[in-house]
Amino acid sequence: MAQKTETKKAGLPAVDTELARRLLGDMMLIRRFEEKAAEAYALGKIGGFLHLSIGEEAVAAGATSVLRRDDYAISTYREHGHCLAKGADPRRVMAELFGRRDGLSKGKGGSMHLFDKSVNFLGGHAIVGAHLPLAAGVGFAINYEGADQVCVCYFGDGAVPQGEFHEAMNLSALWKLPMIWICENNRYAMGTSLERALAQTEIWKFGEVYGIPSEPVDGMDVLAVRDVVGRAVERARTDKTPTLIEARTYRFRGHSMRDPAGAVYRTKEEVEREKLRDPIALFRDKAIKAGWLSEADVRAIEKDVNDRIDDAVAFADASPEPPVEWLLTDIYKED
Amino acid sequence: MAVMTYREALNLALREEMKRDPRVFVIGEEVGLYEGAYKVTQGLLKEFGPKRVVDTPIAESGFTGVGIGASMVGLRPVIEMMTFNFALLALDQIVNSAAKMYYMSGGQYNVPIVIRGPGGPAHQLAAQHSQSMEVYFYHVPGLKVVRPSTPMDAKGLLKAAIRDDNPVVFIESETLYAVKGEVPEDPEFVIPLGEAIVRREGRDVTVVAYMGMMYRAMEAAEELEKEGISVEIVDPRTLRPMDAGTIIGSVRKTHRAVVVEAGAGFAGMGSEIAAFIMEHAFDDLDAPVERVTGANAPMPYARGLERAKTPSKERIMEAIRRVCYAERS
Ligand SMILES: Cc1ncc(C[n+]2csc(CCOP(=O)(O)OP(=O)(O)O)c2C)c(N)n1
Ligand SMILES: [Mg+2]
Repeated sequence: MAQKTETKKAGLPAVDTELARRLLGDMMLIRRFEEKAAEAYALGKIGGFLHLSIGEEAVAAGATSVLRRDDYAISTYREHGHCLAKGADPRRVMAELFGRRDGLSKGKGGSMHLFDKSVNFLGGHAIVGAHLPLAAGVGFAINYEGADQVCVCYFGDGAVPQGEFHEAMNLSALWKLPMIWICENNRYAMGTSLERALAQTEIWKFGEVYGIPSEPVDGMDVLAVRDVVGRAVERARTDKTPTLIEARTYRFRGHSMRDPAGAVYRTKEEVEREKLRDPIALFRDKAIKAGWLSEADVRAIEKDVNDRIDDAVAFADASPEPPVEWLLTDIYKED
Repeated sequence: MAVMTYREALNLALREEMKRDPRVFVIGEEVGLYEGAYKVTQGLLKEFGPKRVVDTPIAESGFTGVGIGASMVGLRPVIEMMTFNFALLALDQIVNSAAKMYYMSGGQYNVPIVIRGPGGPAHQLAAQHSQSMEVYFYHVPGLKVVRPSTPMDAKGLLKAAIRDDNPVVFIESETLYAVKGEVPEDPEFVIPLGEAIVRREGRDVTVVAYMGMMYRAMEAAEELEKEGISVEIVDPRTLRPMDAGTIIGSVRKTHRAVVVEAGAGFAGMGSEIAAFIMEHAFDDLDAPVERVTGANAPMPYARGLERAKTPSKERIMEAIRRVCYAERS
């Protein structure tokens, strides 16, 4: 039955320098990637919708840190972080945002449709709620094949009022699918706050209804996310129990690049207050205080991340446009 | 060859393909314990067990999405819609997820699924349970759409659909399940998708029709034979990709064409076929192409009204006479 905060910690190894470097590095890589993507958007190099996850990096970094490489992840249109954390090459992700031929999807998907089969990242889906049943299908296939992988599905608070959320929760509980459902509750779906969308705003409680373990977690605390997801992964892998996790987080930027940061649906004060919970700053300070990382380590991580993202932008810039013949390829798979 | 019903032919195709490939499984409402709302999956649960014959709750979008997700990582689901009317609840999954996955992912993830079940006009089932559904699907790049008219086609095309690496929408008919016909027993008998068939050879006019309308057109052709009009009937079998070549080839021979469809005519299959005949065979035509379509109305319940909704044999005959400039005898 559903249980809120278990006091028991996941059987995860204690944090050491290597793990701290990975967690901070992943979060900083996502942050830097998206800052550069925003710049490129302003220059007209990226078009369409561009949704940044700045402020929410701890969820992707913490969750992925307890996954195996052959585990699956699937996400929404706000998925740069999930895809990068899973191990996609930032150069090919940036090239996809630029709409270039070396992009993950050959420039056919764009920011909202990142897929990387080489790291079992199953997309980038832009119909709110629709990828939850797909994720359940991946869990179904894992059981069908008798495998021991798990599937992590990220979605927003905006998917919770949608019918497919409930269909997917029910099926995953009914069929005991090895799922980790991670709701990134950033308190808004575009301009609609949680209170204006849900009769039950404690999203984790929907797990109770479907009889699966569920709990809320501070989504700004990468170690807390890691712990909660770590326990969920153990349950999914060993006894096929799905878990619903509500990661409480906040997006520091607008809904997309078309929504200015100081928008009408939330106050500047609220945004500034939330920025004090910046997951990267919080973990960096903690890591230094605990002695996992030195100031010099942090500077070295930062330099490395900046170099990799500069390289990604240069790579994307240099990659040619897809040839026009590609318009008509990849529609049907020929045998 | 064995003689069997359309329903038995579908059942045999499922059994053969499930035996051939352990990745093939059947999923949907009432497919297992109940043995299918129309008994197409009869005996499968007993033969293959609950792992491969998966009963679902009533959640079309949910279980269609499950099938699509499972196919992305290597399985080959056959998703049953109890009737295709309910596929509208899964239309987003079919159109936005299944049809576009291969393209959006730049060729990384294909979706080898079959979505099958009965559709089209049935008997006195009224507006929500009796309608032609193919129009919602054949517009979409990335989907294949099949409408098998005979037991032999039902078997051969379903097997091809299951072996296809793309999402295939396979719409059967309640009114054809009991139809009997010859069906090859060879488990390697497969009819490739995208190939039309000439059901009846004729000299004077080409009639394009499928499913119930094909049988009605056949009756019309037999009667018109007595009036001296020789009718050729082409059944497209696969609506997308459409075998335009066979249809055009027939029109080049007969110089006249009538398209019959059960669905409402506006922007229907007849519009598309008439347009490509005009594009590719305009100079071969001796008369404008005629469409005989269902009325532009929802399906009524009352028998008389229902009869008036779908094209009758008489209306088909009148259209054929008109394009042949033949006076009514
Ligand atoms: C089915 C559907 N309805 C509406 C939209 C338009 N839309 C795109 S994102 C969004 C808000 C989603 O919010 P949430 O799920 O909380 O995710 P977040 O953007 O906060 O990460 C909306 C309404 C959509 N893409 N899909
Ligand atoms: Mg949100």
